[in-house]
Amino acid sequence: MKYIPATPAEREHMLRVTGVRAVDDLFADIPREVRLRGPLDLPPAMSDPELLAHARRLAGRNTDCDQLACFLGAGAYDHFIPSTVPHLALKPEFLTAYTPYQAEIMQGELQAIFEYQSLMCELTAMDVANASMYDGASATGEAASMAADLTKRPRILVSTAVHPEYRQVLRTFTSHLRLTVEDLPAPAGITDPAAAERAMADDVAALIIQSPNFFGCLEHGEALARVAHDRGALLVVAIAEPISLGLVRAPGEYGADIVTGEGQALGNALNFGGPYLGMIATRDAFVRRLPGRLVGRTVDTEGRPGYVLTLQTREQHIRRARATSNICTNESLNALVAAVYLSTLGRAGVQHVAELNARKAHYARGRIAALRGYQLAFAAPTFNEFVVRCPLPPEEINRRLLEHRILGGLPLGRFYPELADCWLVCVTETRTRDEIDRLVGYLETLG
Amino acid sequence: MSAPVRPPRPAAPPLARRPVPVIFERGAPGRVGYSLPQSDVPDVPLDAIIPAAQRRLRPAALPEVSELDVVRHYTALSHRNYSIDEGFYPLGSCTMKYNPKINEDVARQPGIARLHPYQPEELAQGALQLLWELEHDLAEISGMDRVTFQPAAGAHGEMTALLMIRRYFEDRGERRTTVVVPDSAHGTNPASAAIAGFQVIEVKSDRRGNIDLEALRAVLTPEVAALMLTNPNTLGLFEEQIREVARAVHNVGAQLYLDGANFNAILGITRPGDQGFDVMHFNLHKTFTTPHGGGGPGAGAVGVRAHLVPYLPVPTIERDGQRFVLDYDRPKSIGKVRAFYGNFGNLVRAYTYIRSMGAAGLREAAEMAVLNANYMLRRLRDHYDLPYDRVCKHEFVLSGRRQRDRHHVTTKDMAKRLLDYGFHSPTIYFPLIVEEAIMIEPTETESLQTLDAFIDAMTAIAQEAETNPEIVRSAPHETPVTRLDDVTAARKPILRWRP
Amino acid sequence: MYPKELRYSTEHEWVRLEGGRARVGITKFAADRLSDVVYVELPKVGSEVAFMQPFGVVESVKAVSDLYAPLSGKVVEINQALVEKPEVINTDPYGAAWMIIVEPRDLKELAQLLDAGAYMALVGERPS
Repeated sequence: MKYIPATPAEREHMLRVTGVRAVDDLFADIPREVRLRGPLDLPPAMSDPELLAHARRLAGRNTDCDQLACFLGAGAYDHFIPSTVPHLALKPEFLTAYTPYQAEIMQGELQAIFEYQSLMCELTAMDVANASMYDGASATGEAASMAADLTKRPRILVSTAVHPEYRQVLRTFTSHLRLTVEDLPAPAGITDPAAAERAMADDVAALIIQSPNFFGCLEHGEALARVAHDRGALLVVAIAEPISLGLVRAPGEYGADIVTGEGQALGNALNFGGPYLGMIATRDAFVRRLPGRLVGRTVDTEGRPGYVLTLQTREQHIRRARATSNICTNESLNALVAAVYLSTLGRAGVQHVAELNARKAHYARGRIAALRGYQLAFAAPTFNEFVVRCPLPPEEINRRLLEHRILGGLPLGRFYPELADCWLVCVTETRTRDEIDRLVGYLETLG
Repeated sequence: MSAPVRPPRPAAPPLARRPVPVIFERGAPGRVGYSLPQSDVPDVPLDAIIPAAQRRLRPAALPEVSELDVVRHYTALSHRNYSIDEGFYPLGSCTMKYNPKINEDVARQPGIARLHPYQPEELAQGALQLLWELEHDLAEISGMDRVTFQPAAGAHGEMTALLMIRRYFEDRGERRTTVVVPDSAHGTNPASAAIAGFQVIEVKSDRRGNIDLEALRAVLTPEVAALMLTNPNTLGLFEEQIREVARAVHNVGAQLYLDGANFNAILGITRPGDQGFDVMHFNLHKTFTTPHGGGGPGAGAVGVRAHLVPYLPVPTIERDGQRFVLDYDRPKSIGKVRAFYGNFGNLVRAYTYIRSMGAAGLREAAEMAVLNANYMLRRLRDHYDLPYDRVCKHEFVLSGRRQRDRHHVTTKDMAKRLLDYGFHSPTIYFPLIVEEAIMIEPTETESLQTLDAFIDAMTAIAQEAETNPEIVRSAPHETPVTRLDDVTAARKPILRWRP
Repeated sequence: MYPKELRYSTEHEWVRLEGGRARVGITKFAADRLSDVVYVELPKVGSEVAFMQPFGVVESVKAVSDLYAPLSGKVVEINQALVEKPEVINTDPYGAAWMIIVEPRDLKELAQLLDAGAYMALVGERPS
């Protein structure tokens, strides 16, 4: 077994030094009754060539986004990944490192995370960001407990235009903690500030919105921030598509108190849903209630700049049952991916890619809406996703499009029964005009 | 008095010792490092797409660097990092074993890495089959009935499991408010219990390093929902009375939870399900070789016995004839703990590892992990205090008490000195019940030569503590930076770059 | 090290009566055991504190301790300067590092506190 280097002679030597006769003697403390009597019933071990062939066969039973023109988003986005990302972020020096507990030999990781925190702050226009959370949904769940703790209030208002899976996770995270989560309807595809104001009360900890929201629409962030702040509640903004921040108003620019999000779009592969990147950022005043790791800049004994894990008393290994969160292992590598991605695109590239998304989606939106039988479900401005009402069940449309190697949008009936004829279409910079025109052409023939 | 032992000069290039400017300080205004096409759709004023009032006020102040600037920057940072690929990483309770390269090749194949989570199931049959097979493998390895892959990490798995336990008791009309953890537990155990809405009761360990059975019995009331136990525990010792513990827990109707961080010691030797555990989490990023990525991502699969199956998070993966499907129709489920299906990329790596090893290979891994640990324990026990003198499993805990009391050299000092010898340090000051704790986990993937080199370094440092304590107290000396001022870092936090 | 005129709690707070008010801080023993204090969290002026119930938090890099009120009453003043420079706790625990001033509700609670001698016995120090 190539992963176990000890030779028979070495094993003999080690047993002799250890003072036992056989390896079995080292397991004498395990009660005989609970020991396995035979080998585990597992498929036989494979050599590397056999294993690669087996893996290729499995992969061959999948059809991936290289083989299809992907118009599917809904919280996971098919963006171009620059070559710098895999070549740098996945270097073994980063890939096979543990959490940077010994700062003196982990300055590379620590500095990279410090830079990631800085990049997140710039992107969201917030004061402080942590080293990462599991994903956008769980980060939003953590933000709700953070807001409840900061305000000492028991109610959470969440827009139904927030990703349905994020809202499910929010409920899982809070249902047992005497926090109530109430839905704010978004009948016009956006959260209505007047309706939010009516629902708002002095016992509300947070108003949670997403922008661009699950329907692709941009929320009236400023107005919703005012509604929350007027009653002493916090505005939590979830960002499922961070590429939008190259173009649209950043949450920090309209008064968000906590920003959470899914950083997958920033250079992380689709990976069938994970590992992704949970983002969380907030104001300076709330930093001691932030969950997860933080890297800070300091100096060594000779005055050289250096980086350390800091404000650790918030965390489970010190505060245990009273920690701000139980998170330990996070998604550092995905954060590093995002840092390399954002550095590569840089100031101009992030605006460029955001504009490409907006322009292509706008073009597709106009063309589809002009087709007979199709109409836009919502009038609000959108970024790279939009909802259309369809003359056929969207599931049926998707089946027909697959024959032309097009991966269609998300049928919304799955999450919103009242929107069963609605289809959430995503157009990123990776779609060409030709692909959009082909999509429109096929839709036309479907009638 | 013998001469102090000089550590070998580090192999790291001198470049690694130069401070690296932050990425924002590189480059020049107007420089770019990206390549994207121009828009190919008809030009429309931006205002017609997104009104000015909803566009950014100021562009994000991101770096303005060339591709080579980015390459040099991250390459420089990578030289200032310690990784398994570089050297020995004996971090106790972290199982830093070798991460096979073939895992990476399999996980990064296009047909795996480029799948959209919402693409139709019929286009993802290979992925679903892989998950289905991995679930069956882990169920067999653990003696559990079903496994969910939703949790992103061990602590996330703990929370998931505790919420299932909560729902299970609610379903039975029982209100149970507390969770018991031993005083040697990982910090995540009490933290997870608290966020799952339970009160935490701590139980002490006995003189042999087991959970104190009498103390446990004293706190086991009908209020207790679960005992969270790590086995082998964080002292690296197998809970010898596990059957009595299980019986005591079940006698009050509570659930027995296994923190699977230390599963590497018992692969193929004993199964948690057979020991009486009702539910457990796996750390696939420890036992099953998925790389730790500098802090994550992990994968914290949770296994349950049949009575907890209805409460698993959605979706589960089911087989319907030759077809694999995602099942969301589970009315008693706790719901979702994250979006989509889990850290799929890591699950692919764990699957690849299990297929490489097979049943015999996994057992051999556990045997060698345990032999390696006992060999090191035998060779180090004369140089450091050994608080629990027993056969250990995959790891063992020494104490630096002697060095602290006699020479005013702390465990932290010795850990820092190890860095000068070219090793990552063991886990220190954990578990909390051992003063000046030094927790060493060699894993099965390290060679005898590596173990011996590490033992020599530890022995030399114990000697330095006697003969030249100052060199240990002021260590490290050979690293890119010396000890960092973490007091100022916490008093006046600088958590982001500002121009 | 442990001024005679102060009263001490078993959780290592001191209290000094000043007219009708009580000034509260933590002892040198507690400050030393924490090592470098990096953060202190104090209650709001006007809030109520209760005898031997937590009123705040003090932190070093690797440890967190609750602060327990040695007397019940209303907080009439807090040491804002300490919040900004928590390191004073290590250098001047009985002076500049006072934490809160309380308007005591029940001075009989004082009887349950320790004098300097009893406190030194508690922390295992001999009178100098």
